[in-house]
Amino acid sequence: MENKTKIKVPVMADAAAGGHQPEWLFWVGSAGAFDDRYKKVTREFAKILSFLKIDYAVLGTEESDSGDVARRAGNEMLFQMQALTNIQILDMYDVKKIVTCCPHDFNTLKNEYPDLGGNYEVWHHTQFLQKQISEKKLHFDTTLFKDKTIVFHDPCYLGRANKEYDAPRSILDGIPSTKVEMKRNRSFGLCCGAGGGQMFKEAEKGTKEVFIERTEEAIATGADIIATACPFCMVMMTDGIKYKNQEERMKNYDIAELVSLSLGL
Amino acid sequence: MLKQLVFSLALLATLATFAWTMRKLFNNFKFTKKLPLTHIPERIRITLEVAIGQTKIFRHPVMGFLHALVFWGFLVILIGSIEMVIDGLFGTERVLGALEPFYDVLIATGDVFAAIIFISILVFLSRRLFIKVKRFYGPEMKPVSKADANIALSFILFLMVSLLGMNTFYLLDVNSPDEQLSGVYPVSIFIASFFTTLNPSQIHFWHEFNWWAHILLIFVFANILPYSKHFHVFMSVPNVFVSRISPLGYAENMESITKEVKMMLDPQSAFSASTEAPPKFGVSDAEDITWVNYMNALSCTECGRCTAVCPANITGKLLSPRKIMMDVRARMKEKGPGLRASGSAYSDGKSLIGDYITEEELWACTLCNACAQECPVNIHQPSLILDMRRYLVLEKSAAPAGLNNAFTNIENNGAPWQFSPQDRMKWADDLFINETV
Repeated sequence: MENKTKIKVPVMADAAAGGHQPEWLFWVGSAGAFDDRYKKVTREFAKILSFLKIDYAVLGTEESDSGDVARRAGNEMLFQMQALTNIQILDMYDVKKIVTCCPHDFNTLKNEYPDLGGNYEVWHHTQFLQKQISEKKLHFDTTLFKDKTIVFHDPCYLGRANKEYDAPRSILDGIPSTKVEMKRNRSFGLCCGAGGGQMFKEAEKGTKEVFIERTEEAIATGADIIATACPFCMVMMTDGIKYKNQEERMKNYDIAELVSLSLGL
Repeated sequence: MLKQLVFSLALLATLATFAWTMRKLFNNFKFTKKLPLTHIPERIRITLEVAIGQTKIFRHPVMGFLHALVFWGFLVILIGSIEMVIDGLFGTERVLGALEPFYDVLIATGDVFAAIIFISILVFLSRRLFIKVKRFYGPEMKPVSKADANIALSFILFLMVSLLGMNTFYLLDVNSPDEQLSGVYPVSIFIASFFTTLNPSQIHFWHEFNWWAHILLIFVFANILPYSKHFHVFMSVPNVFVSRISPLGYAENMESITKEVKMMLDPQSAFSASTEAPPKFGVSDAEDITWVNYMNALSCTECGRCTAVCPANITGKLLSPRKIMMDVRARMKEKGPGLRASGSAYSDGKSLIGDYITEEELWACTLCNACAQECPVNIHQPSLILDMRRYLVLEKSAAPAGLNNAFTNIENNGAPWQFSPQDRMKWADDLFINETV
């Protein structure tokens, strides 16, 4: 018998008030907190954390934008203001381990915050999930995707930027389904078109939009599902599927959603 | 004796010209920005892997393999060239021949490589002349760039012909019982079988002719290289050594900004603020780049592997990472002399951004790092693109409207969209989980 239980997502300030120091900080990120599509991913990941009984908390309203977009758009001043403010909060709670669903925030927190005095062990949610799955020997005995073909789109800031190509693929391998690759995959992967601040501006004049080029490549594999692991890639691939009128045939999921669905959460 | 004298003069002229060119090119490093060179053991490892091991060029397996053969062949043949210089200066013949059996292996390898390089160069030339590979084209590939490539390839072709010729006629020339034959020549011995009908004086002439042709071609080639894209023959190994070793996604921190931000966040320190003029932020012209950026530009051989994988370029935008590197080198060549003569305040009324690179190109970049991932000599184009964006935003407030909106939102709401920071936890409302009881 299934039973729906309400989850209360733990907040760092409450934990600290209760004298508890959670093992993990779940860094939600601006897209995870505000983008309608990616909020669903955040919710699924929180459900997984709860299911796995992970000792974690989020910063809630104390979290602010990581500054990644500002930095890559050239606004170093704004980036550093954001970074230093966030580091102050993170250090106040003596945060040691961070997990996030956003490869951009993952890259910035892991590689760039140390320059400003913020040193944390930072994990992308695909790395975190891969480790949990192998340690807890989780099995997905689901038939949900048995007849489906899944293609993974490498986010640039997880893949090329941080050389993580295997974690998402290893998770997908555990989900009963058919896996295919696009022609340009792993370190050859084509950007979705949203990086470097492109998400927030009009594209320059050209012959095509990058997200269309990438979606066409995904469609050509004949896959039913494009799996992503990044809020920006999610927006771009969703737009691409709509643009190519493939909504009936093709769906777009984050790895966290596929895991949550496979676990029946 | 006359031969030694002529050779010494030719060598002297070569070295003098080369030194003069190098001084001109390397003087430009004086006004580039400093950057410390750390992690030496890691750099040695990367140099062995990427430069000597040619790992990144193998991302195009077939052409990569041919290039690797040419490169490894060069390394072997280089030792033979050093021997020729010693022979030329001291009137000896195949002086390293004393190093048997090492010499036999070396010369045999070089002889085989000469044939392999000859064939590879023919393939490379036909790709440029007949097959018209897409990445060799593009608006930035002016006729001079194409001529550059064809001249360099032709030089290498003649270098290999003269090397094989030298070996072939050497074999025939020492075919008398009183002289000791040095080295093993698997390819040349085959070629020699076609020339056995020549008389000894003809053979001796062609031996001398090929010897001189080979060494003089090297001397001329060495002095043409620094003026062409093929300078990468000299620069790419050192460039790999000094290349960025941080993860591709890492962006360099601007310390000058950190000082200002810390002052803003800490009102106390505002009183102790220094009165010195703030430095210029970002890159807008030749004098703003780091010495590693300049090394990158000198090492670029315009192969276009970066541009071929650039998402912006693939979809018809103006941006081409190869062009960025070519522009930096050209601008440095143009402004360098003035900067050297009159200091960093020198202006010729032009600028890297504007006259060479347009803002449209810079804003088309997705900072996906595909170009840097691809570059066989570890050039990092995105860091330079980012530094130019930093100039546009921090000095000129010239970001596209959409990005300015995002900046304002981040400042006011702590997110690039217009949402209240108080709503940051709303995603967690009414969250239920299925639990099997």
